Amino acid sequence: MNWTLALPEITLSILAMAILLFGVLRRGESFSVCSMLTLGALLIGAVLVIGQARGFAFNGQYVVDPFAVFAKLLILAGAALALVSAQDYNREEGLARFEYPVLMLLAVVGMLAMVSANNFMSLYLALELQSLALYVLAAFARDELRSAEAGLKYFVLGALASGLLLYGISLVYGFSGTFDFAALAHLLSDPSHASAGLIVGMVFVIAGLAFKISAVPFHMWTPDVYEGAPTPVTAFLGTAPKVAAIVLLLRVMFVPFGHLTSQWTQIFEFVSIASMILGSLAAIGQTSIKRLMAYSSIGHMGYALIGLTVGTVDGLRGVLIYMVTYVFMSAGTFACLIAMRRRGRALEKISDLAGLARTDGGMALALAIFMFSMAGIPPLSGFFGKLYVFLAAVRAGYWTLAIIGVLTSVVGAYYYLRVIKVMYFDDPAPAFDRRPVGLSFVLGVGAVVTTFFFVFPAPIVGAAQAAAAALFG
Amino acid sequence: MLANYMPILVFIVIAGVIGAALIGGSLLVAHQKPYPEKLSAYECGFEPFDDARRRFDVRFYLVAILFIIFDLEVAFLFPWAVSLSRIGLFGFFSMLGFLGVLTVGFIYEWRKGALDWE
Repeated sequence: MNWTLALPEITLSILAMAILLFGVLRRGESFSVCSMLTLGALLIGAVLVIGQARGFAFNGQYVVDPFAVFAKLLILAGAALALVSAQDYNREEGLARFEYPVLMLLAVVGMLAMVSANNFMSLYLALELQSLALYVLAAFARDELRSAEAGLKYFVLGALASGLLLYGISLVYGFSGTFDFAALAHLLSDPSHASAGLIVGMVFVIAGLAFKISAVPFHMWTPDVYEGAPTPVTAFLGTAPKVAAIVLLLRVMFVPFGHLTSQWTQIFEFVSIASMILGSLAAIGQTSIKRLMAYSSIGHMGYALIGLTVGTVDGLRGVLIYMVTYVFMSAGTFACLIAMRRRGRALEKISDLAGLARTDGGMALALAIFMFSMAGIPPLSGFFGKLYVFLAAVRAGYWTLAIIGVLTSVVGAYYYLRVIKVMYFDDPAPAFDRRPVGLSFVLGVGAVVTTFFFVFPAPIVGAAQAAAAALFG
Repeated sequence: MLANYMPILVFIVIAGVIGAALIGGSLLVAHQKPYPEKLSAYECGFEPFDDARRRFDVRFYLVAILFIIFDLEVAFLFPWAVSLSRIGLFGFFSMLGFLGVLTVGFIYEWRKGALDWE
């Protein structure tokens, strides 16, 4: 029993409980201290993840491979950026309670376990740990109607998705007799075992997981939850959990159901195209920039799913690179949204950004970089994210996907460029409040990674290549 | 394959028979003396048949949640206790870890004042 493989998760859970006890036993305000401790815990987690051995633990329920390590580091980075950008906002909005970082840490433990799940039981356990913490976070501003509504909506729809997922898992188990990914893969290598019941179960599993990555047609919760949740929570929801869910989806599709490619390719082709189209069309009419980001994230999931649909090592590599670029540009964009405050009040209309270039040139430049990058304009990182998935699609002969992807990028560019137009060419609105150092840091990290990705792509592309190959090997 | 489910069918039938026998027996044998007080809520709690949207004290809800946590703990402890001889030290310490986690939660709710009725 080499349970030491799960050392990062075990350490982070113990630290989460320790921080919880520290926060509740300490008198007075402990949000800042607990946040610092949580950042330290995330750092320790990253060190442990890097130093981890590879292999299987808990009778094959848990796996550590380069694929999992890649995703775990990305998740930890995304969570740390989200936590840093929450600091000043939470203090000003009266959300500075020590439970916030603890819940984030628990969600991170769930995400790390999701990425390493190699069995439907551990998959479900990890997914629920992550989701429950996120439901509470979405409703964290509990005195505010919108936040409570967001939390409730997220919870009810999330519970429905979990139900679909569990039903699918029970069907898969009923028709195969195993929860284990490796055993399922071995069983399904003989096509005669792919009974109709098992395929139906697989489709239910896909539906449940598609909800978690907010892919069309399971995207309905996204705009409301993104809009209602406190902005730092939205920043968190939009980065780390997306990585965890899509990586989990990749593992489930390629390990246990790897021999059923012909059955699930069509599903993902549809989901991917529908997400890209809805993401680009529905965002056009939005006036709230949080809702705009919600539709934008639906569209981005559509692009990432191209790589999954293609089903080759190239495609997988494309998805991983896409997620890296997506996490950093989202974290930076949300840092800009959190900084949108005037006389102590948070703003979220696109029109509030009017003339930002003249009142805060630095932030306008950073936001412009993120918007250009999301639209996929070279040489920013978003372009390379799209390039690798489209390249994989073209190489594998999925011309329709690549062409629709390019067309929807053009449509999407309209609303990204509109934000830039409002910032640079409209009459200036009154200046925002002074930007806290933490937000400037997150903004800076996001902008640097997004801008200079093309200078040093080799380490990330190489790591993504190794990770993708590990999943196939 | 369906034959494997035979015990479940037998179980369903037995459960149905026992249930019907208890209700039917009390209908036939027992003295029936209905009066309104028998349907009213006893001392605490709220009306059993009422509008679902009625307001009730959130403290009932809190107590119910706290109860469920420790109720489940006991539900886990029984199978653990029965199989303790076979699961060894790892099983023993797994449960201690679980109890430790629950204790952390218990300290949290205590300090937060969830246990104070007033």
